[in-house]
Amino acid sequence: MSTDIEFELNGKPVRIATPETRRAIDLLREDLHLTGSKEGCGAGECGACAVLIGDEIRLACLMLAGQLAGRRVTTIEGLPHSALGARLLRAFAEAGAVQCGYCIPGMEMAAFDLLRREPDPSRERIREALSGNLCRCTGYVKIVDAVRLAAAGDAGPESPPDGAAA
Amino acid sequence: MADAVSALAVGWPETRADARAKAEGREPYAADLYPEGVLWAGAVRPGARLGIAHGRIQRIGTAAAEALPGVLKVLTAKDVPGTNRQGIVHKDMPVLADGKIRYVGDPVALVIATSREELEEAIRLVEVDIEPLPAVYDPDTALADGAPKVHEERAGNILAAAGIRVGGGADALAQCDAVVEGVFETPVQAHGFLETENGVACREADGSLTITASTQAPFRDRLEIGHALGVPFEHIRVIAPCLGGGFGGKDGATVQCLLALAALNTGGRPVKMQWSREENLLAGYRRHACRIEYRLGAMRDGRLHAVHCRLVYDTGAYAHLGGEVMALGMEHAGGPYRIPHVRIEGKCVYTNNPVAGAMRAFGVAQATFAFESMMDVLAAKLGADPLELRRQNALRPGDTNCAGVVLENSVGIGGCLELIAGHPHWTGRAAWKAAAPPGKRRGVGLASVFNAAGYGANVRDAAIAKVELTADGRILVYNAVADMGQGNASAFVQMAGHILAQDASRVEVRQPDTAAAYPSGSSSASRTTFTFGNALIAACTQLKARLINRAGLLLFVDDDTALELVPGKVVHAPSRRETALAQLASFMRPEERCCLGEFVAPLCRDTAGAGNGFFVGFPHVIFSYGAHLARVEADLATGAITAVDYVAATDGGRVINPVMFEQQVHGGVAQGLGYALMEDLATRQGQVLATDFASYPMPGALDLPDIVSLACESEERTGPFGMKGIGEVAMNGPLPAVANALADACGVRLWRAPLTPERVWQALDQAAGQARESAA
Repeated sequence: MSTDIEFELNGKPVRIATPETRRAIDLLREDLHLTGSKEGCGAGECGACAVLIGDEIRLACLMLAGQLAGRRVTTIEGLPHSALGARLLRAFAEAGAVQCGYCIPGMEMAAFDLLRREPDPSRERIREALSGNLCRCTGYVKIVDAVRLAAAGDAGPESPPDGAAA
Repeated sequence: MADAVSALAVGWPETRADARAKAEGREPYAADLYPEGVLWAGAVRPGARLGIAHGRIQRIGTAAAEALPGVLKVLTAKDVPGTNRQGIVHKDMPVLADGKIRYVGDPVALVIATSREELEEAIRLVEVDIEPLPAVYDPDTALADGAPKVHEERAGNILAAAGIRVGGGADALAQCDAVVEGVFETPVQAHGFLETENGVACREADGSLTITASTQAPFRDRLEIGHALGVPFEHIRVIAPCLGGGFGGKDGATVQCLLALAALNTGGRPVKMQWSREENLLAGYRRHACRIEYRLGAMRDGRLHAVHCRLVYDTGAYAHLGGEVMALGMEHAGGPYRIPHVRIEGKCVYTNNPVAGAMRAFGVAQATFAFESMMDVLAAKLGADPLELRRQNALRPGDTNCAGVVLENSVGIGGCLELIAGHPHWTGRAAWKAAAPPGKRRGVGLASVFNAAGYGANVRDAAIAKVELTADGRILVYNAVADMGQGNASAFVQMAGHILAQDASRVEVRQPDTAAAYPSGSSSASRTTFTFGNALIAACTQLKARLINRAGLLLFVDDDTALELVPGKVVHAPSRRETALAQLASFMRPEERCCLGEFVAPLCRDTAGAGNGFFVGFPHVIFSYGAHLARVEADLATGAITAVDYVAATDGGRVINPVMFEQQVHGGVAQGLGYALMEDLATRQGQVLATDFASYPMPGALDLPDIVSLACESEERTGPFGMKGIGEVAMNGPLPAVANALADACGVRLWRAPLTPERVWQALDQAAGQARESAA
């Protein structure tokens, strides 16, 4: 049974008919063609599908479509809209943090969430903040480097990436 | 002539060509494909839900599933049109099980439905009756007289058995002043790539099949599908986008034949298959468990004299590359050392466990645990310094290795050991250990590692590269070897840019497509960049000469040496005339703008008869080397080991890109530390105990140190720009280095991996008990 669900996605209003029990990750990837969010486990253990719901980092594989109604949703596709997000994505590429790349969007969402709250985190703090995101390629060294690189750039308090008020 | 942009250069830390697209979530993986009207296919694997690993299929009831709305078809073995057999070397694995299941993940039916939800429900509704058969769950039982047979035609459940003998063999141990021995056990390891096995297939209007899959071997997939389903090769096209990780687990058919079978039954509608994480852990390939009996002997002065080693690998229900895994482990079992007398015996055994296959440093990671633990035990017995003992015996060019191969290629183990010898973590170890916090002990451990590159003897290891000047004046590389994340495609961009003097914006790479590229083997065996890179150099060199020549025609220059390729154009400096590559392209015919290059990797043809019983893949001539140093802290109360620091020195020949070199080393060490400390994809009665990443934990960001990678550059004359593959070698070090560091810290040695807190604590407790007894 489909219901019309409305929410804000990367700064733009969305209205879509979907069963409320459809997983948010499927809604985003299959129905809305935003395939940047990845599914690595389907059980909330790998972090590859991390998105922002309002100001909170959430896992799209553990959410249902109905839970998005009325919320402000930011995926990796919306991250470049903010200065911090754009800086972070550039830093991941330049620091050599990207190998297969499948974990990277989720890592970046988690790193964005961290840098928004703590503009200048230590390596240990970064490791803590990314500990819910699994990577099998990098050993995390260059991922931590990337977050430090992004923090070292013009860091400061950041509004949500779509620019909308919280 | 000054240019605004500089050409890509080999040896520089160029940003990977795929980094921006991946960082922005734009890179299209196979899993990201949802074609219009796509159907969903999934396998019925009843062994897990029935708790049966070996049994005769009595009945497959499909009616209830077929009656569900949204279910198109339920296919079984009788619907498979070809041989219904797949496998890289031995075709012993059915696409859909016929007669019996041999492990819990064997698929007996394939369901096609209109949505993922309907598919899952239909899979549950397929009724399968299986009569259990006596089963074998470990190699000892499988090898015993009268053991149940996994495959009727395989006497004694032996997939492969081989031996190596050099010099006087095991008898020479009697001549040694010191002999040490041990029995080692290594666990099953999961690849743990984040993108699970998946793909999309479609039958085109002309009847041909197009399959886009997360695969390491698109050209071999075509052969597998053709053989299993009886489809002519020329009617099968396989496309391999960037993979979300592979590590060997996507080398060999996973979804390919099942998807192709589904596509033959959907009337032209596209069909998608995506394994869940649980299905990946159940039916995906995995690293072989191995038991190793080891005896190593030396003379009083530290010279290694003789080694005798027996390795038994559990390959599970199907061959995959089990025989080759065993062969490679045997070939490395003597370590990167000069040992005049060698006896190595190997067996690879079928059981009713899940299918073991290729995984990064296959066969070798197991053997390295044994020989590098033994080196430390030997050093202790001789009263020698463990680093000194390794330096003294390290292979040099011209030496004969333990497989009887005279080393005519680069050998950098000595240089790697020198880097470790001079590292502050080694020179300052005493002070660091003494500063251990209360309740903890600190230790430092070494490991020398090496890993063969290429397929090995009796297999053609070749590549065909194509490079094109596009109509708009850019360079396009037709990659034929899948990029599973290691960055080979970016290395190809860098090489092409270097030779053709073009910058990053003017060089593109197209990922493998059997309809556009040429057969170049799999992405595996540390051979990907090496083999295809050599072919690409040939293609680019040819294209460069052609572009210069055609520019000469356009610019009225008869001396090719006066013409120079620079980003975007060819210039004639003396006259300051130039032609843009786009203009040049418009004067050339399409076929004239393409060049092919070919390469066949060097093979060993003479081992002086050291090996017997090997089928393919033994021996090799090119190896990468490394020396690793782990500093660990052991918690005496819990037994937990923390890898505090890790240094890996690696000889991969010349470095194409220092950042990508570090990426491979970091990743190999990380996967190796998981293997050392926590990963164990255990089974009980053939049932897989893990179903997710909570029950199969892998290292997270808090579990690993800031790994340090040092390059020890040798010059490999056969390699592209002097390089050797290093995708695997780093995987081998962490387990022995950590085990040696634990022994250094606490005086206890573990012979069974992973070194979990429970095992460490038990060993500490036992040692404490023995100490109390001897004190009493």
